[in-house]
Amino acid sequence: MADEARLAEHARHNGGSEDGSLRARLPTLNGISRAGGGVVSAGRGAAGGIAEEVRRRLQRRLTANLDDRDPDYIRENLALTWLLTTVWFRGEVRNLGNVPEHGPVLLVANHSGGNMTPDTLLFTLAFYTYFGVERPFYQLAHNLVLASPVGQILRRYGTVTASPENAQRALDAGAALLVYPGGDWEVHRPVWERNKLDFAGRKGFVRLALDAGVPIVPVVSIGGQETALFLSHGGRLARALRVDRTLRLKVIPISLALPWGLNVGDLLGHIPLPAKLTVEVLAPIDPREQFGEQPDVDEVYDHVTTLMQETLETLAAERRFPVVG
Amino acid sequence: MRLNESIVISAPPKLVWDYLAEPSNYLHFMSGITRWEVAGEQRTGLGARYRMLIRVGSAEIGGLIEIVEWHEQRDMAWSSVLGVDQRGRWRLRELDDGRTRVEFRYAYGVAGSGIPGWIAELVSAPQLGGHLRRSLRQLKSQVEHERLRAEAARRRGDRAAAAG
Repeated sequence: MADEARLAEHARHNGGSEDGSLRARLPTLNGISRAGGGVVSAGRGAAGGIAEEVRRRLQRRLTANLDDRDPDYIRENLALTWLLTTVWFRGEVRNLGNVPEHGPVLLVANHSGGNMTPDTLLFTLAFYTYFGVERPFYQLAHNLVLASPVGQILRRYGTVTASPENAQRALDAGAALLVYPGGDWEVHRPVWERNKLDFAGRKGFVRLALDAGVPIVPVVSIGGQETALFLSHGGRLARALRVDRTLRLKVIPISLALPWGLNVGDLLGHIPLPAKLTVEVLAPIDPREQFGEQPDVDEVYDHVTTLMQETLETLAAERRFPVVG
Repeated sequence: MRLNESIVISAPPKLVWDYLAEPSNYLHFMSGITRWEVAGEQRTGLGARYRMLIRVGSAEIGGLIEIVEWHEQRDMAWSSVLGVDQRGRWRLRELDDGRTRVEFRYAYGVAGSGIPGWIAELVSAPQLGGHLRRSLRQLKSQVEHERLRAEAARRRGDRAAAAG
């Protein structure tokens, strides 16, 4: 992995071993001491080693690789996920048979529900019970999600850091890959936009599908944005605090949610309201088959988002009341 | 969790068995089943494998199953190969009056899922029990209809033979 190679290079530059571990650096430190580098030099070396170890661990928390997915763990936790999605969210997933039985596929979904993302929970359960935990399935997530306390669990479910490299690697491995182009922007949209698809013009998924030569399967969910009273993305606040540059966070969401009341940032999550969730899987789209050998990215993007918006509106028309469904 | 339902069908065991042994019938009479496909070369009999899914709560649950017991007109049992742990059995017994008592046994769970798994089994039991009861009622209706059709066809044949 590129990150690992960079770390190894960094570790070598600092005189450590490729894994950069403190234990591996001890001989180097001893050597420096014996050569008469003095206590100060040794101290600096040790501090550097500890800093490197902290950095390595932090980097590990911020990244995940495909091998972290643990089918046994997923299988043993299907019951808990089923309970949550059945009893609390009254979840329903339709037309999973639209996902090709074998081979790599790019699942493109809208995202709702703030940091609790109940739509991911439901779709992941449905995918694993339908195709079995043996089928490789990965989800892309913001690196801060993986750094959070639930990051360890998500890794075992197949969640990896959102990056073009990870996406390509998953598809190259023949896996199904779930992406949320709207990401942190869409998931925190205000509640009055709950029936609106908002990918914020992010078209990377189209390029990814074209580069990998895989079909796009749109996945549309509804109900997630009714699990709290989402008031604002907080985009301006994020820019003012510069977290858009430092932490890749485009939003600092503001909502009314349990148990906090006014919830700014949603960093600790919230207790989602038991809104009924419905997910519909649409028929696969082969961009080259449908738009020619050199498809126009904008055209494919418009086609996919229009289809998804129409489906979202159809699902919205089925709902009689918010939360109740 | 173990579930057990039974019904008496006004047809001989052979007719019931023939209906149960045909995999394409399962989508017609099994309640909640969304998939029942032959997996592999062998279509029926001991060792045949099927990919099955049944809608329970928020998900379609099932996996790959294999026929592990096959005693013609008496017992057919399957066990899971992949997916949730499950074991099912059709138990056919002929009554004195020529009718057939059909018992459907179904045991399921996920090993290692602990207390949530135990609660999930309890929560899903009423829905699965309902599926089992409806499946048996539909099986009875289909097989008895088959029997009536077969008898009508035989009578037509007899009449045609007598006239000819």
